Amino acid sequence: MAIDFKPSGADLELKNVRKDFPGFTALQDMDLHIPAGEFFALLGPSGCGKTTTLRIVAGLEEPTAGQVLIGGKDVTASKPHERPVNTVFQSYALFPHMTILENVAFGLRQRKIEDPLKKAMDALNLVELGYAAERRPQQLSGGQQQRVALARALVNRPALLLLDEPLGALDLKLRRQMQIELKAIQMEVGLTFLHVTHDQEEAMDMADTVAVMNKGHIEQMGAPEALYERPKTAFVSKFLGQSNLFVGKVADSSASSLSIEVGGHKITVPKDRAEKQTGKICIGVRPEKTTFHRTNPKLGSDHVVVGPGEIIDIRFTGVSNQYLIDIPNVGEVTVFAQNVGISPVIELGEQVWVSWKVEHSFGLSDLPAGNEDE
Amino acid sequence: MKRFSIGRLTLPAYSFLAMAFMLIPIVYTIVFSFNDSKQRTNTQWQGFTLDKWLGVCNKQEVCSALGNSIFIGVVSTLIATILGTALAIGLVRYKFKAKALVNLALFLPMATPEVVLGAGLAGLFFNAGVGAGMPTVIIAHVVFCLSFVVVTVKARVQTLDPVLEEAGRDLYANPSQVFWKITFPLLLPGIISAALLSFSLSFDDFIITYFNSGSVETFPKYVYVAAARGVPAEANVIASAVFLAAILIVLATQINGAFKRKRLAKK
Repeated sequence: MAIDFKPSGADLELKNVRKDFPGFTALQDMDLHIPAGEFFALLGPSGCGKTTTLRIVAGLEEPTAGQVLIGGKDVTASKPHERPVNTVFQSYALFPHMTILENVAFGLRQRKIEDPLKKAMDALNLVELGYAAERRPQQLSGGQQQRVALARALVNRPALLLLDEPLGALDLKLRRQMQIELKAIQMEVGLTFLHVTHDQEEAMDMADTVAVMNKGHIEQMGAPEALYERPKTAFVSKFLGQSNLFVGKVADSSASSLSIEVGGHKITVPKDRAEKQTGKICIGVRPEKTTFHRTNPKLGSDHVVVGPGEIIDIRFTGVSNQYLIDIPNVGEVTVFAQNVGISPVIELGEQVWVSWKVEHSFGLSDLPAGNEDE
Repeated sequence: MKRFSIGRLTLPAYSFLAMAFMLIPIVYTIVFSFNDSKQRTNTQWQGFTLDKWLGVCNKQEVCSALGNSIFIGVVSTLIATILGTALAIGLVRYKFKAKALVNLALFLPMATPEVVLGAGLAGLFFNAGVGAGMPTVIIAHVVFCLSFVVVTVKARVQTLDPVLEEAGRDLYANPSQVFWKITFPLLLPGIISAALLSFSLSFDDFIITYFNSGSVETFPKYVYVAAARGVPAEANVIASAVFLAAILIVLATQINGAFKRKRLAKK
């Protein structure tokens, strides 16, 4: 078996990868490049094809078309045991008939690496489970099993580590703790991590680059901050955080910005933040970028003001209050106000105006579902 | 004061009768294995002796019949277990065209009356020009044991998470290593119980064996023929020994299981 093991991670490249299952297409001509040593997250709702992508990289699923390259080497035709790749499975998949130590040593033994038990023990110590080496998987808690699964994959020093929602089964507190540990381990070992998750906070918190997937293709890819500040499609703007979206025809255009008309209000976006500049477009803004006013604030052209509208719902979430405001002819607008003790006391049914800075608007390349035709 | 009620007594009484009904023939067999019978028959109590237990093979036919039964049981169990395990894995894990048909075909030997299966096989062997003997008995036993093995092992395969095998493949094990290091050890309890079941069915079988064994004498056949003249006490000895061995195996597994649970709970 000639697997090329590198001391550090290798890059991964998918070229036009397509996967058809009977009756539906799980992946549509996917192109992806993950540089060596990067923590990359594939984020999307269930059924978007992210797990299929991972399984194709691991070799557990064969692509219908396209190529998979690891470290520049075409591995499309290689079997899973011939690839320098290891997976942390969602259900951990620890072997119940072996001790924890034997589980971790399994891959080393298969590759006839010298001193497998010592190396396995070192890996267990890395995840702080050395004391449990002689136990059986079923005697460990979910979080401990998760760490064993991670040690079992990491001990092989794979060029590429695949994580299939490995934190999905853990409770919130443990999940946050494992996220920090996982990120620290990745920095320490310098391997390339491909992490699949549907938890947007997890993806943004841990990954260098996030790719948002929807219906078998990547909608948008980039650094978490860029993705959040400049979503380019309606799906991304709604899946990654929340957004207020407004749809209208471009009515006014200057050198630096353009505006649409919605229910008698002018909603403006800077041109360099707009994907589409003519016809019917969608402009959005994040709820935490908006504020509300009890009187019409009469702000300049660097602000967008909509209203008046009626407050129809108030939710207390701890760090912020969420207000839902119904503005006639515009629709419902969500406003987040930080719970710093100085936000105006507002009651249900009060009339308010909502404003935000034009520079916080973003223009999408598509329209939200239900607005496509006219 | 507790009120007398017939209802309260019904269940214990019924249970007692049922147990007695099941156990009396076994107790009878065991007791009469110690009977100091001088004639061929072993129907009247003539005093206690251990001679029959100590010299069980003095009656040569009994022992050679037993030897044949064990040999047939072991060989047909081995074949049926290997074939049946492979079939069970194939039926659960793979999709193929005739799957439903194979499943149905596997149930047929279980559903068919033994007389019909035995006679059918005998006719088949006769037409094929194969004389009845050791090979034909073994083939016949494999036919009916196979279904039971498949059913038993299949249940185990269904509970085996395929992701464990994927994890093995992911950890550099080739398909045969995955089978021997992961699939097989995890299926082993199912395979062992299938083999035990298969052996006891084979050891016990009379009807199908009778049709297909020709001159080969098995233990059930010997007892059947001997019953016409009176079963010798040696047959009782063997029957009792088999019964006790079975009980011992069950006890051993139970104790072992309890031990394991205790050990796991301690840690």
